[in-house]
Amino acid sequence: MARSLKKGPYIDFRLESKVDAMNDSGKKSVIKTWSRRSMISPDFVGHTFAVHNGNKFIPVYVTENMVGHKFGEFAPTRNFRGHINKKDKGKR
Amino acid sequence: MARISGVDIPDNKRGEISLTYIFGIGKSSAQKILTEAGVDVNKKVQEWTDEESILIRKIISETFKTEGVLKSEIQLNIKRLLDIGCYRGLRHRKGLPLRGQRTKNNSRTRKGKRKTVANKKKATR
Repeated sequence: MARSLKKGPYIDFRLESKVDAMNDSGKKSVIKTWSRRSMISPDFVGHTFAVHNGNKFIPVYVTENMVGHKFGEFAPTRNFRGHINKKDKGKR
Repeated sequence: MARISGVDIPDNKRGEISLTYIFGIGKSSAQKILTEAGVDVNKKVQEWTDEESILIRKIISETFKTEGVLKSEIQLNIKRLLDIGCYRGLRHRKGLPLRGQRTKNNSRTRKGKRKTVANKKKATR
């Protein structure tokens, strides 16, 4: 057993309790979170999370396949649009 | 020429090497198969008796995923990553390395042959 398995998954406590509260009350709303390092647990399936990418919140709808991944994987922090064309650069 | 798990035809090589011609079987799993079947790893494939090759075939089909099955499983795993839109899926889409390697240089395995950009500035004199 790998050491990381022994330690168990990390889920932000406050995020987890928020989801639990929503599951209990049966309500659904978008949850804002900065906790990109939290693992997606099976309880989160079907909810929408707004995951911060350092600039804005990216809406992530959690499906069954996503369980075991981290929130950060779904909100890219860099946006590469391609290199600058040389002609455009000269004009400016 | 022996036919094991579909299309493969390993030949007049030692069993240990010959089995690695099957997609999904490397040297260590080839050794495991042969020891389980009780065949000497240095024995050539043509010297295998019928019972031995039947046993080997049985072990492979029961305990190993090979060829098409394995390939389709790999494709499914990649497809899952693409569908959920996670970082690794995006990297697969772009054909770039998935595990945080540098892409300024190298990573030619993922990126393929070099695509030279025209009119690149020459080194300063």
